[in-house]
Amino acid sequence: MNSNEDVMMATSPRELTQNPLKKIWMPCKNGLPEKHISQRRVCMTNCPTLIVTVGLPARGKTYISKKLTRYLNWIGVPTKEFNVGQYRRECVKIYKSFEFFRPDNEEGLKIRRQCALTALNDVRQYLSVERGQVAVFDATNTTRQRRGTITRFAEQNGFKVFFVESVCEDPDVIAENIVQVKLGSPDYIDCNTEEVVEDFMKRIKCYENSYQPLDEVLDRDLSYIKIMDVGRRYLVNQVQDHVQSRIVYYLMNIHITPRSIYLCRHGESDHNVKGRIGGDSGLSGRGKEFAKCLEKFIQEQNIKDLKVWTSQMKRTIQTAEAVAVPYEQWKALNEIDAGVCEEMMYEEIQGHFPQEFALRDQDKYRYRYPKGESYEDLVQRLEPVIMELERQENVLVICHQAVMRCLLAYFLDKSAEELPYLKCPLHTVLKLTPVAYGCKVESVFLNVEAVNTHRDRPEWDWKKSIRMFHWTYSSFRFTRSFSFLLCNESLDNWNPVQW
Amino acid sequence: MSQRQTKLTQNPLEKIWIPSMSSKLYRRRGSSVPQFTNSPTMIVMVGLPARGKTYISKKLTRYLNWIGVPTKVFNVGQYRRDATQSYKSYEFFRPDNQEAMKIRKACAIAALKDVCAYFMQEQGQVAVFDATNTTIERREVILSFAKENGYKIFFIESLCDDPEIIAENIKQVKLSSPDYAGCDKEEAVADFLKRIECYKVTYISLNDEKDRSLSYIKIFNVGSRYLVNRVQDHIQSRIVYYLMNIHVAPRFIYLTRHGESELNLVGRIGGDSGLSPRGNKFASALGGYIRSQCIRDLKVWTSHMKRTIQTAEGLGVPYEQWKALNEIDAGVCEEMTYEEIQDHYPEEFALRDQNKYRYRYPKGESYEDLVQRLEPVIMELERQENVLVVCHQAVMRCLLAYFLDKSAAELPYLKCPLHTVLKLTPVAYGCKVESIFLNIEAVNTHRDKPVNVDVDREPEEALLTVPDHI
Repeated sequence: MNSNEDVMMATSPRELTQNPLKKIWMPCKNGLPEKHISQRRVCMTNCPTLIVTVGLPARGKTYISKKLTRYLNWIGVPTKEFNVGQYRRECVKIYKSFEFFRPDNEEGLKIRRQCALTALNDVRQYLSVERGQVAVFDATNTTRQRRGTITRFAEQNGFKVFFVESVCEDPDVIAENIVQVKLGSPDYIDCNTEEVVEDFMKRIKCYENSYQPLDEVLDRDLSYIKIMDVGRRYLVNQVQDHVQSRIVYYLMNIHITPRSIYLCRHGESDHNVKGRIGGDSGLSGRGKEFAKCLEKFIQEQNIKDLKVWTSQMKRTIQTAEAVAVPYEQWKALNEIDAGVCEEMMYEEIQGHFPQEFALRDQDKYRYRYPKGESYEDLVQRLEPVIMELERQENVLVICHQAVMRCLLAYFLDKSAEELPYLKCPLHTVLKLTPVAYGCKVESVFLNVEAVNTHRDRPEWDWKKSIRMFHWTYSSFRFTRSFSFLLCNESLDNWNPVQW
Repeated sequence: MSQRQTKLTQNPLEKIWIPSMSSKLYRRRGSSVPQFTNSPTMIVMVGLPARGKTYISKKLTRYLNWIGVPTKVFNVGQYRRDATQSYKSYEFFRPDNQEAMKIRKACAIAALKDVCAYFMQEQGQVAVFDATNTTIERREVILSFAKENGYKIFFIESLCDDPEIIAENIKQVKLSSPDYAGCDKEEAVADFLKRIECYKVTYISLNDEKDRSLSYIKIFNVGSRYLVNRVQDHIQSRIVYYLMNIHVAPRFIYLTRHGESELNLVGRIGGDSGLSPRGNKFASALGGYIRSQCIRDLKVWTSHMKRTIQTAEGLGVPYEQWKALNEIDAGVCEEMTYEEIQDHYPEEFALRDQNKYRYRYPKGESYEDLVQRLEPVIMELERQENVLVVCHQAVMRCLLAYFLDKSAAELPYLKCPLHTVLKLTPVAYGCKVESIFLNIEAVNTHRDKPVNVDVDREPEEALLTVPDHI
């Protein structure tokens, strides 16, 4: 739309209705929500984006691809990675040696090219048909010719392209890389360390001669980031839009220095004991016990330069005080705001707001408490915390159940469906250690009893749900025909209405 | 292993829990976001004249102060103007002008001394050293100074070889400089270009090899390319992110509140009510005004609250909803009138008048919290071009304070009346503001700071400045 002159003259604003699940106001007609362009969150990009990695083997391309994909999915941008090496493994069942990658191996070149094209096809499927927003094309892409093919493919399909090149000449980093992720690769099952290293180094050599790094002059019209020496230096060129800007910011904040992240909740609180949610109560007797045990645990762990973060709620601060290490308070780490349900017990919520209670069980991730928040809101609120966690090294985060679930989902790549049901019991510390492409988790229960605050996903009662929907929607003045439609849906075709 | 069971008390103003006795553990004043700088940081600009150094310095300073990092600019050119009688010509800047060289170096040293004073005595956290700093020798002086004093250094170099950009730059900010007061335009331009030539002779850019242990960002051609080296900490990372998102393309930002709401009419704060009849009229009028502006590619943003969305609906164009634009959460005072707040929470009401910026409603937010919440909005506003933001009183005050560089003390009292659009146009080093009242009457929701802010004041004194309502 170029000018607002073409716009129809709105005589009076459309009626608004509030979506009962997410509490979002949307225009409606005849009591039914209208298909509307208004989005509930910032527009990341108008067209899909293809991120293309570039670099010799063992430069961290797959590490970056997976991490970036995990981050983008967590903040709500549907993203998927396409690892061409994986396609090659499916095509060539057994990897024999580096000879496959020799630049004069015609057979090998044909297969590799075919794999790249197959992967691009799947990218097209994901971005154009499955409504993904970002695809990460993870391969060496070291020649200008290959990159040209990809750029043309993207142009034809209306995708934006953003290159992520990793350049590194530090032999120690490369060696460590090989140890961390190549030794365990399917290519090298039944090989000993020396054999792997030797073969892999020869593999890298095969690429070196034809490697054409992104060039400041020749590639000045491309959008890219060049990461040098594992993040010591970056060259950023022609960032086009919001999502690319966020990607650059993220890539510039991550590091690979070994460290551990400790996540735990505050000690058991007085509200916990009474079964009340939210509020700002202090620690119970057992909660204080836990705080003391936490101090002992932290001391025993002997952590270098530990940073401790809490929320601004009394119970996390009381816990941190006992740990006897300087701590920082983050408002962003406060527990999810339960709005009108604050300080209620689940039974009271069921009593006062039965329809809300049911809606929450239907889609716990997107459900927003009236005058409160949703898990989805929480993730947005926690993004700066995650960004700073990426920058930091050893950190202990003392937070709350819903908050801890969100943070954990980020580190363990859990979906929006799983996130609200992750088990984060009181008095249990989770120690996360980044390893290879993921995160090792150790769960340490500090041996102080506490109430269980975990509520599982209830068995889905379809009859009850139909009654709930009928009640809910008729109370928002939807037409009778619509609710009639819902009630007469055959059980086989039943799909919960998704906004 | 201590047996400490520290008692916590909640600071009545900001509602932050702190240990009752002075605890060595809790070092910082409570705020919504941890303060990440431990040592003060000097940002050192590098570049030929007319490369946007002062523009970047001022903008960055404004941003950092707004997010709560005390920052100040030290413009060496200003020191030079104060030291010398009057600017005669570019000859002052000739590399062989010994006399001038002495003066210029003395000015740089004086500025550095003031940087020191700012950090030590005024609790500053970031100082922006705005000068050309184009020689290795000058940068060495600064690096030694910083090392002696334990300051971190981050260089920002702006490189540009596009003659059009430089010409535009000269037009926008040099012609009106005190150096060229009373000069004919062509003369000024000619002189300035010769001034640039003086620097070019000795200009040595930050070198990728020799300066690889320094922390810096090089900005090429107003942001088409960046080279970032050795970011040391959180604040430098934020600075880099900010610099990479700003641009100089001309554009307009329109700020307005929602139309008058039902709750506005009865003098109640917060809530999620719909528009009053006059509010609806405003929504239509706003549509008319926007259409008359003929804005190219206008983006429209609203909050998640009904009243802003209803207002945007009146425009008939696509809009995006941002939860971050929601009005300040008044916690237990939501939907109350000021009279009721005075009645139920007289102490809270007084505390709010004592420090409106830091005051947090019980179970609610403070203006300080609001600023943190709005930071991503500001970042995206910097990225965008023409935008209309339909928001709320407290939110609009925060956004306006960012664009107009208002302090934390002024921010909560900025006037943002209903049914009035503020049109902001970036120009030179700041922002031009035009206020357009769309001629539809509305209640006044602005409450000035009363004279008596003591907790034990009389109710009448507290309610003196409450605007009229039904």
